[in-house]
Amino acid sequence: MSDHRSSDDIIICEAVNKWYGEYHALRDVSLRVKKGEVIVVFGPSGSGKSTFIRTINRLEEHQEGRIIVDGIEMSNDIRNIDAIRRETGMVFQQFNLFPHLTVIDNITLAPIWVRKKTRKESEARALELLERVGIKEQARKFPGQLSGGQQQRVAIARALAMEPRIMLFDEPTSALDPEMIKEVLDVMKELARSGMTMLCVTHEMGFAREVADRMVFMDRGQIVEEGTPEQIFTNPRQERTKLFLSQIL
Amino acid sequence: MATTDVSQPRARPVRQSLDVLGWLRENLFNSWYNVVITVALLILIYQVVSGLAGWLFTAQGWPAVVANLKVLLAWTYPADQLWRPQLALGVVTLLLGLSAGVWRGIVLALAVGFGVVCLLLALPTFLLAPVPAQVALPAWQMFLAAAALVAVGAFVGNAGGQRLRWPLVIAWVLLYPVVILIIRGFGGPLPIVDTNLWGGLMLTLLLSVSGIVLSFPLGILLALGRRSDLPVIKWFCIAYIELIRGVPLVTVLFMGSLMLPLFLPGGESIDQLVRATVAVTLFSAAYLAENVRGGLQAIPKGQTEAARALGLNVVQTTLLITLPQALRAVIPVLVGQFISLFKDTSLVVIVGLADLLGAAQGVVGQPEWLGTPGGVWRETFLFIAVIYWFFSFTMSRTSRRIEQQLNVGKH
Repeated sequence: MSDHRSSDDIIICEAVNKWYGEYHALRDVSLRVKKGEVIVVFGPSGSGKSTFIRTINRLEEHQEGRIIVDGIEMSNDIRNIDAIRRETGMVFQQFNLFPHLTVIDNITLAPIWVRKKTRKESEARALELLERVGIKEQARKFPGQLSGGQQQRVAIARALAMEPRIMLFDEPTSALDPEMIKEVLDVMKELARSGMTMLCVTHEMGFAREVADRMVFMDRGQIVEEGTPEQIFTNPRQERTKLFLSQIL
Repeated sequence: MATTDVSQPRARPVRQSLDVLGWLRENLFNSWYNVVITVALLILIYQVVSGLAGWLFTAQGWPAVVANLKVLLAWTYPADQLWRPQLALGVVTLLLGLSAGVWRGIVLALAVGFGVVCLLLALPTFLLAPVPAQVALPAWQMFLAAAALVAVGAFVGNAGGQRLRWPLVIAWVLLYPVVILIIRGFGGPLPIVDTNLWGGLMLTLLLSVSGIVLSFPLGILLALGRRSDLPVIKWFCIAYIELIRGVPLVTVLFMGSLMLPLFLPGGESIDQLVRATVAVTLFSAAYLAENVRGGLQAIPKGQTEAARALGLNVVQTTLLITLPQALRAVIPVLVGQFISLFKDTSLVVIVGLADLLGAAQGVVGQPEWLGTPGGVWRETFLFIAVIYWFFSFTMSRTSRRIEQQLNVGKH
């Protein structure tokens, strides 16, 4: 990556280190993500991939290194953290929808309270987003009345309602029944093609092959290898990557 | 292939239904020892029921209860001022009706239940002996008026719709001080009625409603404080909760009424009723805090993470995400606690207040019933037990209703 293009970098991680007690969970993780890039992070469980993307919006605190998101440097200042969180949407493995609110209230909550938009405006936008993820008719239901796939699509709409510049996906399809994975992946593919910057922890290799610009392989808290899907799938440089891919493909 | 088509749904097998005799034979008389048990229990039940019914209709203490209805309901509150508690009740009733019309749902169910109970109570009280003339509204008229107020309120609220929402919220917030003001008075048209004249059911209701209303926010703050990251707040809340939970309510009441004046600068005397209310509130808040904390702990970590990831700050996350879920998870426990608070208020008898129980003791001690064979205490205490039961049962039914309403959309 040449220097003159570094201004395009929307996420910059430099030598990020994190420990859980004595356990060294992230070791010198460095990654630059350009605006509009779709990155798939994969690796065995316990490799630190979830921890890594959770440091980007400070759901996990790192102890060493720098993280700069959309020009804002992560520090202990809560205002910086809140500013970064407003720019990044996150989708979780367990959906984490708010069960006491209807689908539409889940989506409008943050725009109303954080972005200070009117209810009317937020609801109109929420309905657009629900249409985009294909479940507009479920707007007045509660999350518990929806299937897993529908809940995850609501979660994506909820994150998009804040108009984030970056979307983080933490194993979004791992908790889904097999027949529901496709509907979520379709939404994610559409999002990727629309130019959203995306950082996805996932084992959906079909998805990676189709839309990822780059793939990052992590193991034991380190980035072992990164490259285009083409290169990773056909010609991985590292033995560990080769071994892991042979096990999951 | 000759196999059955498994894709075809089949009718559910019919269950053999039994007639009454068949059911009896199957369940109560199916072996010699069950026959013995059934017969023995039937004899026992007959003995208890016939004894109780016989006593109910032959007891000679009922005139004491009827003659002292005013004492049991309002103790020594001046009879010519009794319209004030009735007015307060009317205000509450009207608000309930209006809210039912605006919000419908649970509130409407509550209001309908309240109206029906009032109508039911109007009937027996109509048959009672006429009350002294200076009382504003006799009981049966009061109950009919209450039912009418609920109905009118609901109608107006329904017509007014969402425009009445905020005025009503404000009215509910102001209700508590207004009711106290009406009952206590401020001179002029409403001469001050000193709190040592208050008593009976009115006092029980005031004490427990005050306890519930005031301990609720305090308990929530304590629960949040106990989970705080700030050590000073956290340790203060833990110390407070554990201290209060470690002593009986009687102790707290004694502290409030006997020891507190010793600590205060001389000449300052705080109203006995205020002291009792504060004691009940402080006591209840500690238990409430622990219940709410239980609810807060049951909320998955993902909920806060999702809220924080959306950019909500700590206060917003607590008020919009964790607290509503925690409170709804502990509704049954909270109502249980409020029911026991309602009954625990009878302990204020110890510090010299005449609540419902105190009033009953007063009635039993009246000299004019000394000649009644067996005394009048059975009838009087049975009567107040029924009142306690009625309110507790209503609360528990209401909580069931609220739970059902809130469970919409949950698995």
